Amino acid sequence: MSVPLTESPLEAHEQARLSAMALTWSDQQRLWASGFLAGMAAAGQPALAPQPAAKPLATVLYGSQTGNGQAVAERLAAAAENRGLAVTVKNMADYAPAKIKQEKFLFLVVSTHGEGDPPDDAEELWSYLGSERAPKLTDLKYAVLALGDSSYANFCQTGRDFDQRLAALGASELHARVECDVDYLDAAAAWQDRMLEIGEEFLRPEPAVAPRPMLRAVPATPRYTRERPFAAELLANQTITGRDSDKDVRHLELSLAGAGIEYQPGDSLAVVPRNPKQSVEGLLQAARLDADEAIELDGETLPLAKAFTERLEITRLSPPLLKAYAELGAVKSLRALLSEPDALRGYLERHQVADLVADHPFSIGAQDLVSLLRPLGARSYSIASAPAEYPDEAHLTVSVLREEGRRLRLGAASNHLAALEAGAEVQVYLDANPRFRLPDDPATPIIMIGPGTGVAPYRAFLQQREASGAPGRNWLFFGDRHFASDFLYQIEWLRWRKQGLLNRLDVAFSRDQEQKIYVQHRLREQGAEIYRWLVEGAWLYVCGDAKAMAPDVHQALIDIAAAEGGTEHAQEFVQQLKREGRYRRDVY
Amino acid sequence: MSTEAAPLSDVERIKTESRFLRGTLVESLAERATGAIAEDDTQISKFHGIYQQDDRDLRAERRKQKLEPAFSFMIRARMPAGICTPEQWLEMDRLARTHANQTLRITTRQAFQWHGVIKKNLKPTIRAINDALLSTLAACGDVNRNVIAPPVSELAEIRGRIAADATRLADHLSPRTRAYHEIWLDGNKVETTEQESEPIYGPTYLPRKFKISFVIPPLNDGDVYAQDLGFIAIVEEGELIGYDVTIGGGMGMAHGAPETYPRLADTAGFITREQMIPVAEAVVTTQRDFGDRTERKHARLKYTIDDMGLDKFVAEVEQRSGVKFAPAHDVRFSHRGDPDGWLQDDRGAWHYTLFVENGRLADRSDRRQLSGMRAIAQVHDGEFRLTANQNVVIGDVAETAKARIEALLDEYGMTGSVSKLRRNALACVGLPTCGLAMAESERYLPGLIDRLDDLLAENGLDDDPIVIRMTGCPNGCARPYVAEIGLVGKAEGSYNLFLGGGFDGRRLNRLYAENLNDQGIVDALAPLFADYAKRRRPDEHFGDFVIRAGHVAAVSAGPEVHGSR
Repeated sequence: MSVPLTESPLEAHEQARLSAMALTWSDQQRLWASGFLAGMAAAGQPALAPQPAAKPLATVLYGSQTGNGQAVAERLAAAAENRGLAVTVKNMADYAPAKIKQEKFLFLVVSTHGEGDPPDDAEELWSYLGSERAPKLTDLKYAVLALGDSSYANFCQTGRDFDQRLAALGASELHARVECDVDYLDAAAAWQDRMLEIGEEFLRPEPAVAPRPMLRAVPATPRYTRERPFAAELLANQTITGRDSDKDVRHLELSLAGAGIEYQPGDSLAVVPRNPKQSVEGLLQAARLDADEAIELDGETLPLAKAFTERLEITRLSPPLLKAYAELGAVKSLRALLSEPDALRGYLERHQVADLVADHPFSIGAQDLVSLLRPLGARSYSIASAPAEYPDEAHLTVSVLREEGRRLRLGAASNHLAALEAGAEVQVYLDANPRFRLPDDPATPIIMIGPGTGVAPYRAFLQQREASGAPGRNWLFFGDRHFASDFLYQIEWLRWRKQGLLNRLDVAFSRDQEQKIYVQHRLREQGAEIYRWLVEGAWLYVCGDAKAMAPDVHQALIDIAAAEGGTEHAQEFVQQLKREGRYRRDVY
Repeated sequence: MSTEAAPLSDVERIKTESRFLRGTLVESLAERATGAIAEDDTQISKFHGIYQQDDRDLRAERRKQKLEPAFSFMIRARMPAGICTPEQWLEMDRLARTHANQTLRITTRQAFQWHGVIKKNLKPTIRAINDALLSTLAACGDVNRNVIAPPVSELAEIRGRIAADATRLADHLSPRTRAYHEIWLDGNKVETTEQESEPIYGPTYLPRKFKISFVIPPLNDGDVYAQDLGFIAIVEEGELIGYDVTIGGGMGMAHGAPETYPRLADTAGFITREQMIPVAEAVVTTQRDFGDRTERKHARLKYTIDDMGLDKFVAEVEQRSGVKFAPAHDVRFSHRGDPDGWLQDDRGAWHYTLFVENGRLADRSDRRQLSGMRAIAQVHDGEFRLTANQNVVIGDVAETAKARIEALLDEYGMTGSVSKLRRNALACVGLPTCGLAMAESERYLPGLIDRLDDLLAENGLDDDPIVIRMTGCPNGCARPYVAEIGLVGKAEGSYNLFLGGGFDGRRLNRLYAENLNDQGIVDALAPLFADYAKRRRPDEHFGDFVIRAGHVAAVSAGPEVHGSR
């Protein structure tokens, strides 16, 4: 193999040497070299023997489910490069695990997924490091930025796991692990500054003759954030479940006019919610506190009810909250719960702050309670529209969480949104998801699996493919409870099928018959055809429930690969899909 | 054999391509993403007794919800002369409760009808109907529909013979395609459809639906003059000697389209019982070959006869059947309504006619006719017979069993005083399920009758039967153009009023007023009722009175129904 250089002024042997050398380089190195040579040419200097990058090279590795980690990693790498620091940035999924033993400096940005699992991208590297084959890493220095969501029991678990494992393999810390919650932007920025300082210390190359290579644009910090969201006008709020449904799913249309938010199909929109009135009142009642009592929050004085409504997380519990609450009130009844992970997880899932206060009461002051609660986080929803079809709009598909139990449980954002009428303002910002995008090649076939509201991004995908006239085949798997009432966007899928844009449409309705039927059953029924599509290069997407659906679909894929291609290669077939970026998930 | 150059109607294409009524029904049933069947299949399914419908009350709401219309299906089971056994009744009732909308509807053609059956329940329902030895094949579509015959008569022997003739004729005219067995009953697939043939219908069946009725004078309960083909029983000295044959009746028309019109049948002449099948087949095949296949609104037998001329048509039938019509008898009819309550026949058996408003058997809080009929079916050992007036006859009850039936009728609140007007009323289904409906019918008529009953009572007319019929569109399922008061829907809350039909069903009515709302109907009828009360002759029916009094001119030919004078 040779690198083709058309009309090269080099002699053949010179060109061969250059090619051979360049072949061993990363893209980053090649870019640097080209800038280096161009710089020399521009300065009219005689050609010197190129100096290979003798200085230590750092690698930024990210493993990210939603794209947040990727954004943090890329910002760090770009900022470092612009300071002239030699770094390379890679998705863990694109990184050959064995290469880690050559690394000297490693910055790891990794999120935690579901109940403490590594994200898809990190799986292969993690299993390599955890295996017997893992090398000694005594020459390696590293730092970990862990991303997570403290409402889950095993907060930042994957970051912790990598940290501990690297240490166990003999690597040494550049900096203590930093853990970020859902409002990660500030903490991540602080970490980046710190890493750049460390980089100056370790990575500063000797002053070289080389001029600065081409500057890389630093990806801009998002224009709108949790702290500075955009006020989007609500254009429509339409229930899209039929009257006999036991669910209430809304189709919301938001105006992004004037925001300058450029999103792509697959991205999410974060909504800064307000807690429902009933939830606020429920908590005030359970804690026997007065709505008007003044409290201090971030240096501001405001009434308790306002803090509960606009500023604090009261519909989600987290282990740190339970711990702090137990300690503050010396609540014995919580100790048992805190020591049993399974029971704890169950409790967190099904209870809100009002339940905690009611179930384990002590006389807690308003200020104390406020200090225990974390800031009200934004909720991200996959955007269900494509800018090509709806410029200046973003559509969301929101299931309104409302559970009548011992105590009414309301989802904060979904109830907030559901109660709004057209014309109201919704505070939003873009939550980009570069891991969940259409293939660059419009001819690539895609298989979309999205039960429930997981179908939302596929509406965006098909709008995009319709608008751009993409010739690739499209296949949708949808599922929900009842055909008659829960077939989200049914008339749109049927229209696309009639037009020939949607080539195949398979549906599973779990509660229309005695035995439950889910999308994975339909996948298995269509196994041979799925396999054919995948062999022909199709990309496969999964969006929706992370707990049951995503693993079941994953298993179905492995079984299909086994049935069609042989048991021994099944796991590898699916791993290969992942490595090639053809198996993409957005699960939550 | 149509000589016109016009292209065939699209339904003819669909029939031709259907391979003896298969279409793509199998694929349509297997498709899970929609509750509908393929568009062409909605024509083919009718031949199998299935109409695709949707809940029109929900259409707009579901469009907003981005959901397709709430599709479901109406299934019609055909049973010649409306006869079924108690065991069959129990099964039909079970299907109404498990697969349909908890009601069972009796049609104006003595058939059972289920509404609200969703696609995936079609096959189990149709299979169960067939397991009970009834069928839905040819209950709808361009074929001979259910054959009407008298459900109750004092002449037990003769009624039985006529029912047997009706059944024989229905079997003779039943389609022969095996598609029905293949699709619904998992019958073996026919290798090629070339092995199949439809000796009477041919591969494209009839140009349009075809309806047959038998009646025993003086009762015209089967509205014989509103049918394509009618057989009027001629009884002499207690013997059924044969039939006077009527041809060319039909109801459907379109609003404001005088080229479409209802038509009363002409009498062709008398035949013996043995000649009944050949004559019927000849009428069917003549219509098959001469009927207009280019325009569905002009395809019924009535237009074929008017286009050919009656004499030429009759000559063709005589030639094809080898039967020469004998002179017809002087037939008189007195009324069309069913008997009220118990009737004893000449062999001593009892028959109870249960009034069912608009034919809808349901459980309402005070009147539980669906459950009540189930309870009766569990103990009854005679027959049930549906009537063309949408009632049900509990037939062949022994003297000793009467009390038990009566007790059940009471227990379920199935009887009660019903006004004469209500007893002589018919309504089609209309909104929300019928796809053709322009206005309410079955859901609206009962309330209108409440108001008209008050009006009649004020005029002392509450003991006088008046035939009132309502349809939600002009196609005429409840035979509104042979009613004394006909109301035909034009738009929601808007009806055309037709007056002057014969009480015995032998004179069409005429358009009297257009676009009336509820109050408009009452206001239009109030002065007529008052005048009727004041100036009527003894025993003069309302339909005759409005003509004699000059409120409306008599109609002598179909096109006049539109109001042209």
